Amino acid sequence: MYDSGKIIPGLIIFVLFITIPIWYNRGGGTEPPKPVLPKDAKACVLPAAEIRAEHMKLLNVWRDEVLRDGQRGTVTVDGKEYPKSLMLNCMKCHTSKKQFCDTCHTYASVRPYCWDCHLAPVE
Amino acid sequence: MKYAFPLAAVIALVLCALILVQIPGMQYLFGVVIPYLAMALFLGGFCYRVIHWGKSPVPFKIPTTCGQGYSLPWIKHDKLEAPVNAGQVVARMFLEIVLFRSLWRNTKATVYDGPKLTYESSKWLWLFGIMFHYSFLVIVVRHMRLFLDPVPGLVSFLEIGDSLLQIGAPAMYMTDVTIVLALLFLFGRRLINPQVRYISLVNDYFPLFLILGIVLTGILMRFFLRTDVDINAIKELAVGLVTFSPTITAKISSLFYVHLFLVCTLLAYFPFSKLMHMGGVFLSPTRNLANDSRMKRHINPWNPEIKPHSYAAYEDEFREDMVEQGIPVEKELPSQG
Repeated sequence: MYDSGKIIPGLIIFVLFITIPIWYNRGGGTEPPKPVLPKDAKACVLPAAEIRAEHMKLLNVWRDEVLRDGQRGTVTVDGKEYPKSLMLNCMKCHTSKKQFCDTCHTYASVRPYCWDCHLAPVE
Repeated sequence: MKYAFPLAAVIALVLCALILVQIPGMQYLFGVVIPYLAMALFLGGFCYRVIHWGKSPVPFKIPTTCGQGYSLPWIKHDKLEAPVNAGQVVARMFLEIVLFRSLWRNTKATVYDGPKLTYESSKWLWLFGIMFHYSFLVIVVRHMRLFLDPVPGLVSFLEIGDSLLQIGAPAMYMTDVTIVLALLFLFGRRLINPQVRYISLVNDYFPLFLILGIVLTGILMRFFLRTDVDINAIKELAVGLVTFSPTITAKISSLFYVHLFLVCTLLAYFPFSKLMHMGGVFLSPTRNLANDSRMKRHINPWNPEIKPHSYAAYEDEFREDMVEQGIPVEKELPSQG
């Protein structure tokens, strides 16, 4: 083999670089988060699977309707009226940002910009 | 129809994952076994190919020179285009790898009536090529959020930068848009440009379709078909894979398995395809050799060893025959005593 003094170190650097996740995580990652669910409330504005997948879209739609179009109405789910609001609706049941929102968001490195405008509850 | 077969192949791969993953137990095959196999093939195949190349001799110094070589002191030397030492070669390689400098020189030849042949600079390939490669790099680094726990600052910084426009929720990534545009250009170029279309082969189209499939399934999962794309379960699986203790705890959307299967196909296919230019760019002799053929003698490694043979030694060897044939010699035969 020619130029092995350059090629072999290059390959070693390449393999070490590709396997960074193995070196970085050695000792095992943390357990996946378990967000604390509210005890008294039974139903959310959408079924659990849907709200889990679509909550960011729903909040985005509400934000646009309320702030950009001025439609501060309510949404009716199963005959119950809910305000289109993060602070007055969601955070009423899910009182803790740290124990609910942040658990998954931190784990998956999601940084929603809700809190650029909203004041997070003091905890 | 050289693009029909690779397109069909990618569709077949998608359907294969989509259907097979419905069978209970197959999630483990698609989520754990195939990713490990693909990664082993990728790393093993990559090293094998590079070492195989390293064993090939370079008979001549063949650097491409596009500028004035090192010469007399009053002739200006073009250090990047005709490098003569390691530092200048490193500078040229760096610009080649990071900025695709040779592609920047791409020209387009057109024949007009007359006939008249013209060449003009054509930077589109460079632009979309570099757009594709950097988008892909950013996307791969962004994905490290699913493999690294805790997520390092660099990865989250890149993610914030990529979703800086804050369009929609989940926030749109700029690289998702640019990679699709770039892939469509790179594919369209092979369809529309007659010369490029003529030389395009199945193995040119297949990686394009495969990467487009990966990108589209990724975009679908993030923005459109979010049901059961449980990011925590996916991260648990990904971190499990890199800590060698993979678990699939929840039901994950089959779209995720399609995405993963296409990525595994790409990894496994990589070392045996033109995609090896990732390693090959470092080993291209026309780029990484110094243009110093008049300063240092380059010896062809497969030359047989030829010992110097002086005339005196030659005459010593053949003197008797030479005298016999009447050829004049410098030193006569020793007189017969």
